Amino acid sequence: MDNYGQVVSSNASALATNKVLRNTYTLLSMTLLFSAAMAGVAMAMQLSHGAALGAMIGAIVLVWFVLPKFENSAAGLFVVFAFTGLMGLSLGPMLSYYLAFPGGADLVMTALGGTGVIFLGLSGYVLTTRKDFSFLGGFLFVGFLVVLGAAIANIFFAIPALSLAISAAVILIMSGFILFDTSRIIHGGETNYLRATVGLYLNIHNLFVHLLHLLSFFAGDD
Amino acid sequence: MDTWMKVVSAAFLGVMLIFIWPTAMHWMKNGPKGTKKDWQGAIIPLAAMVGFVILLIMLVKK
Repeated sequence: MDNYGQVVSSNASALATNKVLRNTYTLLSMTLLFSAAMAGVAMAMQLSHGAALGAMIGAIVLVWFVLPKFENSAAGLFVVFAFTGLMGLSLGPMLSYYLAFPGGADLVMTALGGTGVIFLGLSGYVLTTRKDFSFLGGFLFVGFLVVLGAAIANIFFAIPALSLAISAAVILIMSGFILFDTSRIIHGGETNYLRATVGLYLNIHNLFVHLLHLLSFFAGDD
Repeated sequence: MDTWMKVVSAAFLGVMLIFIWPTAMHWMKNGPKGTKKDWQGAIIPLAAMVGFVILLIMLVKK
């Protein structure tokens, strides 16, 4: 009887985990499409860099202060779409800048495709091996703090080599966060699909932005 | 970049740093520690990713 109880409990836990995973990937694909559409809107409206910065700050404020209040209700979905919409808007001026260069469209598409391959490859690795990557947490968060500090300094110093190093580090850290976040979902460390979606969305967003920066530098456009 | 945008961007990143600090410290102190085997399991996909990025760079390099 005890064994039966353990099997039922284990099956219920696996079903709950699969549900979180399915909901996360469904919402993630929808929000990525919405974000791309909003980036298109921002480009069509020729949004300024100042407005893009405002959109990004608004998006982060939504995630930090509004989402925690609604993360267990249907209203949380609207917050997630508002957040990804604002993040998409913030991409507009940057994409317009890169697309203005000769071969810029190829560069953007290469960065987009590269981001997709990295995300699918790393997620596929975690889902196939089912390894627990929660031990990466301390390393990734501290690495991200160091990168943030370097990014603040480089806003004023504007050293191209440091900017390149920051982009390379962000690509590595976001790839680590993809392993970490996916592993947390499948091992029950993250049970809220709205939070899981926002986490993975931020990983993909940062990965794309910094991969584009890195590629444009080597292509001679930056 | 205009000076006001530099200041706002730096302030934004600074606030982000302050917000993430407690989470980072929590994971540093209380997060699970990986064994040598765990780290090897993480290095393989990350090394493959680095190789892929280098391939992309070689593709776009003029």
